[in-house]
This record gives sequence, structure tokens and C-alpha cells, in this order.
Amino acid sequence: MDLGPLVSTVVRCDVLAISSPGGHWVELTRLFPAFEGRSVEYATTDAGRVTDVPGGRLHVLADANKRTPLRLVVCGWQVLRLVLRFRPRVIVTTGAAPGLLALLCGQMVGARCVWLDIFGLVDRMTLSGRMAKPFADLYLVQWPHLARPNGPHYRGSLL
Amino acid sequence: MIFVTVGTQLPFERLVAAVDNWSSSKSPKPEVLAQVGAGSLDYGNLRTVRTLDGAQYSAAIADAELIIAHAGTGSILTALDLGIPVIVMPRDDRRGEHRDDHQIQTARQLEKMGLVSIAWSEKELPLLIDDKLRQPRGARTKRKRGTELVDYLRSYLRDVLSGDR
Repeated sequence: MDLGPLVSTVVRCDVLAISSPGGHWVELTRLFPAFEGRSVEYATTDAGRVTDVPGGRLHVLADANKRTPLRLVVCGWQVLRLVLRFRPRVIVTTGAAPGLLALLCGQMVGARCVWLDIFGLVDRMTLSGRMAKPFADLYLVQWPHLARPNGPHYRGSLL
Repeated sequence: MIFVTVGTQLPFERLVAAVDNWSSSKSPKPEVLAQVGAGSLDYGNLRTVRTLDGAQYSAAIADAELIIAHAGTGSILTALDLGIPVIVMPRDDRRGEHRDDHQIQTARQLEKMGLVSIAWSEKELPLLIDDKLRQPRGARTKRKRGTELVDYLRSYLRDVLSGDR
């Protein structure tokens, strides 16, 4: 798909790390050590999280969830721009809505998409996590009992 | 300092009020910082803030001898990783404190795993706080958990990115 005209310059990065704020973000930060030596872009909806980010550059998105459809559109547009501008080779997310939007956009540009569902739900995956299944190349949960043969898989937990 | 955190989305007055009430009975008054999110800032025995940015949060955590939190993954993970004693009180959806009952299930699971102390109601909280504060304050041990998952992700990235350039 040629979406080139939407952005002026493309600076490819290895990884786009993106999530909602709060627990989703805290869990995402615990994955940062896996990105060592890679070029990484970070995105969330809370500007205050900039101090968590190596290099101090954070892309701040509109705070959106399933109850704020209008802002969801704005957030989706921002995520699309981000994905086109940096053409990440891999997208890593712990959810929720911004992560799902990123995987949607990522699949359009051929990025490998990684979904790690947060450990905050014990008896089922999060709603965004369940919706992410068709778009995730690596689809992970943090409770062994939620894993299934065809995904989601369990590869360890942050707990 | 005791650090109380209930996330930024929904109020959790039952927890904050119980800590305020506990604090009011103490002399000298303990130092308590409560991050109340969308809840009330109006408590006489606590220092309240709506949200903390990354740097303020780190400073609060660095000073905390005890964390009292709702059953959100961010607060729990922070306390466990830094080795700070933590009491967790789950939000109850039947009282409108959450949209579903997942915090109660999470709390049950974490208690079963022996990871945190749970206050199942505001009535249990004061005793638990006193109990935690009485325990000798050992040196904080930062734990290294989640490494299996991080290692897996690192090797996944290595595989994907090496075949890609």
C-alpha cells in the first residue's frame, strides 16, 4: 500500500514501543531491556511518562479508549502517522486501544507485531487483547492457563 | 513515608478514606502521600495529589516505606520490583469502583502466589498497616523478575531484525 504522501520523511526504526498509560505502560517499561542496542521510538498518551524513556523522546498521543470514539479516531490518526514516519520493523505493545491501533497500522506496512497482554486480568484476556489476535505475529499472555496451542502463548511473566 | 496510589482513572474513596481514618488516630501523625486520581483531594490527614509524573512518582517511591494500592498492575509491579512492602486492596465492581470484578480475581491470585498482602475490606486495612509498619525495615532488595519473558523478546527481535536488513 502506498501511503507515502502522508509523511514527508521516513526514518526507519527497529522498534515502536507503544501503550496506554498506567499499568499497561509500567508493564511495557519492563520490556525495555530487550530493546538494548536497537533504535526505538516510544509512544503513550501521558506526557509525564517522558522520564521513563531512554533518550527522553516520547511521542504523546490523544488519550483514547472504547468509550471515547472521537478521540479514538484522533489517536488512530496519530498512530498511523507515527507508523508511516518511522516504519518500525517491529511493534511491541501491552495494549490497550493505542496498541491495538498500532498493530492495525503495523500490519499495513509489514511490521512484525508483538502483543503482550497485561497480567491484570486472570480469568481471560483483555478486550483489546482478544481483538488483537488477527494482527499479532507474536501473541503472548502472562498466565499459563490462558495460553492456547494456536496462541496466545505463554513465554514468561513480569510478575 | 507511606505512599497510597489508586491509579488515575476512577476514584477509590473507600481505600483513601480508610487510610485517612487510620492516620487520624496516630500521634505523631504519619507522613502519607496519596495519589488519588479522579477522587477527592479533601482529606485532613493525608497529602493528596491527583497524578504524579514519572520523576515525581520515582521520588515518592524512593521515599516509601510502605505502598498501599488498588489491585492495578502498575503499582503492584513497581512495589514488587523494588522490594517495597505493599498492601493491596482490590476495587469492588458492586460498589461501582470498577467496571468489572477483575481486581478481586487478580488480588486472589496474587495472594495465592504469596506475592502481596491483601486487605479484603477497609476494615482489615488499619491492622494490616500497623502490622506492616511493625516489621523490621530490611534493606530493599530489587528483584530481577520477568527475565525469561524479556530474554524471549530479545531473541525474537534478534531473529526478526537480522533477517530484515
